[in-house]
Amino acid sequence: MSQKTYAGITVDVNEEGYFTNSSQWSKEIALEIAKEEGVVLTDQHYAIMEFLRNRFKSGEPLSIRSINHSNVIDVKTFYQLFPGAPLKKATKIAGIPKPASCI
Amino acid sequence: MKKLLILGAGTAGTMMANKMRKDLLPKEWNITVIEKEKDHFYQPGFLFVPFGYSSRKDIMKPGQKFFAGGIDIVYKEIDRIESDNNRVFLKDETCFDYDILIIATGTRISPEDTPGLKGELWYKNVFDFYTIEGAEALARFFSTWEGGNLVVNIADNPIKCPVAPLEFAFYADDYFTKKGIRDKVNITYVTPMSGAFTKPKASKMLGSLLQRKNVNIVTDFFLGEVDNVNKKILDFGGREVPFDCLITIPLHSGDPVISKSGLGDEFGFVRADKNTLQSTSKQNIFVIGDAGNFPSSKAGSVAHFQAEVLHANLLSFINNRPLEAKFDGHSNCYIETGYGKGILIDFNYTTEPLPGMFPLALFGPFALLKETRLNHIGKLFFKWIYWNILLKGRKLPVSNQMSMSGKITD
Repeated sequence: MSQKTYAGITVDVNEEGYFTNSSQWSKEIALEIAKEEGVVLTDQHYAIMEFLRNRFKSGEPLSIRSINHSNVIDVKTFYQLFPGAPLKKATKIAGIPKPASCI
Repeated sequence: MKKLLILGAGTAGTMMANKMRKDLLPKEWNITVIEKEKDHFYQPGFLFVPFGYSSRKDIMKPGQKFFAGGIDIVYKEIDRIESDNNRVFLKDETCFDYDILIIATGTRISPEDTPGLKGELWYKNVFDFYTIEGAEALARFFSTWEGGNLVVNIADNPIKCPVAPLEFAFYADDYFTKKGIRDKVNITYVTPMSGAFTKPKASKMLGSLLQRKNVNIVTDFFLGEVDNVNKKILDFGGREVPFDCLITIPLHSGDPVISKSGLGDEFGFVRADKNTLQSTSKQNIFVIGDAGNFPSSKAGSVAHFQAEVLHANLLSFINNRPLEAKFDGHSNCYIETGYGKGILIDFNYTTEPLPGMFPLALFGPFALLKETRLNHIGKLFFKWIYWNILLKGRKLPVSNQMSMSGKITD
């Protein structure tokens, strides 16, 4: 376990930089992580991150497929918002653990 | 007379009916199973069909002969579950009421959910091997194929038997080598995961095995569409992989009955407690096997381990006792690696597959996370166990809870 400082606040992260305590997250923190990931956040980014955070809180698994059921954006837009590996990037910026496939 | 109703007569439903019949007195409890298919397939056998190692008749038997006496079997299609009224309607509007319902309706592939997948190349150059029809069509294709780009692609998780696509890639290497055209077949494994498998130790081991067998791997690829004209698959971000033959493991969904009945998540898997296997919406509904939204493998071994937990919890439920049996996510899979060898993995919700011996710490006889000939023989022998022990609800000398005995940790 290590720590990082974003927007003047120290947070707990794992070796890959994912939050281990999602309650330490804030929108200001997200802005700085996004900068590290090369993403400029818009309202659409925040909306899908809210969906991801709520889903994580309710204990439901996160998957690319589930984005289509978010009623926020579709998967193609998700890829445009977080280019490359969207689910990994989005969860990192949203301050929740990297989704682990459960098989 | 009380009624236990079971939906589905696959691995899980058949096992549960037989297990419960032993404990519920016939004069007190009626047990009815509803299933639409009369034929029962040994699904691990689908892997062998494309390569001509098995045919339909080797892996198919009439489902009815695996039920103990005193179980009513109805071969009809289910329309919906009315859980508020404790009853199930068939398509022909026949109604069955129940005191306890077990949902064992499994999962199915839904290629129609990916644009272009079920397009004009379907069963011409694009095949699944998760259905007997797909496996047979592929066998016909392979018998005359002269080579090209062979792509094995998992659309997204969850899928049934998560190791089957790997086994397919290993078998393809073996098969085309023996056929003398391996140099003309370029095999690429395209997966939504970041490696060959999810858990680190198994992923590393299986990843290096793919490399050794000269199988290319493309990771973090979520299938967006299939381009039938240019024969390529594209992910949602536009990455492309060309194919001459595409082996697809399409998206999986639960039975349409589940969504229609309001009991499922967005993919139609029944929402249920991952430990007690009780539905989260109704106390008298339980779920077993692939039909549930449990974060465990969708595989027969999981259904088998769950069956013992569910059996105990159903007896508790009937006797108004707390549901004390807990499923730990235990999964146990043989992975065929070709050339007469195999790997065995054993894991649960919290422990990843580790090296070691199974089931006995010193004597095995099976080696975990290691290629051996005995593991391959274990896989072949398992077919006999499936038909003769597992489906009949008899006990195997393997605990339903995963054991750390014999496993080597760091």
